Amino acid sequence: MTQTADRPASVTPATSPTRVIDSNGGANRIISTGEYRVVGTRPVRHDGVDKVTGRAVYGGDTRLAGLLYGKVLRSPHAHARIKRIDVSKARALDGVHAVVTHEDLPKAEDREVHMGEGEGNLKHMSDNILASDTVLYKGHAVAAVAAANVHIAEVACKLIEVEYEVLPAVTDLRAAMKDGAPLVHPGTTTVSLGKDTGKVSNITKHFRMQQGDPDAAFAKADAIVEREYVTATVHQGYIEPTNATAMWNRDGLITVWTSTQGAFNARDSTAMILGVPVSRVRCVPQEIGGGFGGKINVYLEPVAAILSRESGRPVKVIMSRAEVFQATGPGPASWTKVKFGATKDGKLVAASAEIAMESGAYPGSDTGAAAACIFAAYNLEDMRVDGYDVLTNMPKTAPYRAPGAPQAAFAAEQAIDELAHKLGIDVVEFRLKNASHEGTLQVGGPRFKRVGAIEVLEQTKATAHWNSPLGTPRPGHKRGRGLAIGFWFNIGLESSVSISVNANGAVTLIEGSTDIGGSRASISMQAAEILGIRVEDVRPNVVDTDSIGYTGVTGGSRTTFATGIAAIEAAKSVITQMKARAAKVWGVPADDVTYDQNGTFSCSTDAGKHISFQDLAAKLDATGGPVTGVGNVNPQGAGGAFATNLVDVEVDPETGKVDIIRYTAVQDAGKAIHPSYVEGQIQGACVQGIGWALHEEYWMNEKGEMANTSLLDYRLPTTYDVPMIETVIVEVPNPGHPFGVRGVGEVPIVPPQAAIANAIHDALGVRMTSLPMKPSVILHALGTI
Amino acid sequence: MVAVESRSTAKTVVTATINGDEVQFLAEPRQTLLECLRDVVGLTGTKEGCSDGNCGACNVVMNGHLVNSCLVLGVEAEGATVTTIEGISPSGELHPLQKAFLEEAALQCGICTPGFIVSASELLKANAHPTEDQVRFWLAGNLCRCTGYDKIVRAVLHAAEMMHPSASH
Ligand code: FES
Ligand code: FES
Repeated sequence: MTQTADRPASVTPATSPTRVIDSNGGANRIISTGEYRVVGTRPVRHDGVDKVTGRAVYGGDTRLAGLLYGKVLRSPHAHARIKRIDVSKARALDGVHAVVTHEDLPKAEDREVHMGEGEGNLKHMSDNILASDTVLYKGHAVAAVAAANVHIAEVACKLIEVEYEVLPAVTDLRAAMKDGAPLVHPGTTTVSLGKDTGKVSNITKHFRMQQGDPDAAFAKADAIVEREYVTATVHQGYIEPTNATAMWNRDGLITVWTSTQGAFNARDSTAMILGVPVSRVRCVPQEIGGGFGGKINVYLEPVAAILSRESGRPVKVIMSRAEVFQATGPGPASWTKVKFGATKDGKLVAASAEIAMESGAYPGSDTGAAAACIFAAYNLEDMRVDGYDVLTNMPKTAPYRAPGAPQAAFAAEQAIDELAHKLGIDVVEFRLKNASHEGTLQVGGPRFKRVGAIEVLEQTKATAHWNSPLGTPRPGHKRGRGLAIGFWFNIGLESSVSISVNANGAVTLIEGSTDIGGSRASISMQAAEILGIRVEDVRPNVVDTDSIGYTGVTGGSRTTFATGIAAIEAAKSVITQMKARAAKVWGVPADDVTYDQNGTFSCSTDAGKHISFQDLAAKLDATGGPVTGVGNVNPQGAGGAFATNLVDVEVDPETGKVDIIRYTAVQDAGKAIHPSYVEGQIQGACVQGIGWALHEEYWMNEKGEMANTSLLDYRLPTTYDVPMIETVIVEVPNPGHPFGVRGVGEVPIVPPQAAIANAIHDALGVRMTSLPMKPSVILHALGTI
Repeated sequence: MVAVESRSTAKTVVTATINGDEVQFLAEPRQTLLECLRDVVGLTGTKEGCSDGNCGACNVVMNGHLVNSCLVLGVEAEGATVTTIEGISPSGELHPLQKAFLEEAALQCGICTPGFIVSASELLKANAHPTEDQVRFWLAGNLCRCTGYDKIVRAVLHAAEMMHPSASH
């Protein structure tokens, strides 16, 4: 946990010169609908100084007395039976304190278990931590060592003898779906529409979402577009490698220090895999260096714990970058076939899709979410989605920012674009004419409450970007402009916040939501708004699982929404208690005390009686002791969000290289609590989307090994690859939140891939059907290779 | 099975000036400067993102050169002057870059931030008034997965103005 020192309101002297941005546009606009005192301002984040000075303690920075270092031995094969493991030589090496294998984990039952964020199969979870009898992907953990330093642990791993019987592997999604494909789990049969078909296949599940009668509705269409699209496996690509440190104490209590999106989820999963009650595990969330969905599942925590149990000392394990790629959840590869039908006048009348996604080594992929999002932008009564989850010999996939939705939008938004062209209707007008609104049916039901698809499209149309010419390309190059819209539903879940009042009128705020991108600030701002105090007078602390009520993961774009509501509830409770204290000081009934947004308590029956929050805080001792307000919530009113991207590309038809030359993102935030961090989420997601669109992919060789396991070869976008990302925040308040907050973190990664594909089409006149759209794919589409 | 190389693990005493302090530490020949800074000297502000020179999270200044400390051996620091994020502002005040990163919200998770600030500080020594393009080119060796770089680039331009207000603007 980072301790933030009391800080001045601003770290820059008031005399700092005005800056001039030499950028290609770079405008950030907010179309605001609600004005508040604190909400909507841009204070310096509370954990900022620690993070710019290197003082913040991330998972990998954990230092404990007697610390040992762990390393995991991983499978060199994509699929193999483990015939024998001999750890004796490793154990005998000087400096080695413990060696563990699956034998050191409790036997896991083959049953579904409920955890904080959904269902999981306990045996699969346990086997993914340390393989029992079979390794299912290259990089699957087989054994682990704790030693005096990481180098000794690495040497010891090489001394572990493992005899494998190599089995046929399949790492490609479509190959895995074929009859006769190597089976990832022998005997797996497809469960279709809730019934076991008895058919042996890597397709574990087929589900359907349907509204109305799409087959009949297609008959009414004058124009139909039906296309297939594929996307490659990609990684979340957080810069801080996965890590965990654990101490299994002699009293049986286990403490885990880790970089996680959810301390309670990490605690519950660790306890379940270790077969101990949750109350015996305490999870201390360290600062987290990015997650994007990839730091929800546990990988190393149970390993560090059993290494600690065996050695009697705390053990820290940090993955190498190659391990991160090969052993932590990537975002799934996908295959989508989508079909839209519209009448001549441009009204969409029917849609259908089939979506298949890999789940990697164990069942459970993002197909359900992809299906729920694929048609969300459009007002349709007749539609159907069939979804398929497919096992492959790849690491078990994990959520990646709006899981499944970018893949679905890559398909749907290109088909929509094509249909607009076919009908001769402008691409914005076509989308506007068919845009979702309050009352629009969702394919997975129910009808939408208030949503901002129309507002976002209108603002897109109004941008300087949309209304300016493409400009002249370099000689021999071609330019194009693309548009796409994306949706993400966002979630609520449990959050707990407590707020204590200090004698100087500042408050301490305790929360369980790990802060990946400024949520200490966005939560504190909501509390400050209600408390009538400055945000600098709220001191937020993210604490361990023994120190606050159950709080779900920082994920699903829920934190500013749900933990925000918990903070608002806690702040309201503080105000109620403070009113009672004022009443006591004045000797009047509590109902006579009012409180205004400027931080003053007044007496409604005596106009002369006022006291500030600060002055009353100094009287708490004398009026009954401490004041602490608690908010425990599980809000149901999460509001879905729409976002569009406008992108200009310049393509070199000779080399197939695509340059992004202008980028504008428009998004409904509901209410931007801290606009800078909302812009940051949007800009970061767009750039992640650019990487996903143009060059990121798992390169699997014929042996089923990932061939590009470094950040040189799995190339993330750099500063030099991207322009400034212009943002337009549209605020269509979510009725389910007091300030109107929707989630902002995920939806911005939904439109980029499709918007860029549409821009490439605009430039070259060819449709893109696969991700990434790397130079060879462009040249292939052009027919040059 | 990979053969285990037999190599010397005997430790060497390394004397270096780190953030203005003369520091002595023990390094095995196989330990990188990054590992020595973090695990031996205890300066964990320098971060590890890849350990193979591809992310810039570990950047420090050694003898006036910006280096990936994961690609330098600890023993190579013998006699060297090293500046890490912890020493970027010797005065104890925040460096203008640190202020600008806070004001511009140029960090989200913050894991890349020390590397960016150390890299950018060298840019601003070499070029007091970089253009956006020059900032982007210089920082292309530092990866950030959270911000999309927009606010980082603005923060560096802002810091340049704070350090050397230019008359023309
Ligand atoms: S850790 Fe040194 S460049 Fe990534
Ligand atoms: S702020 Fe997270 S990697 Fe840059």
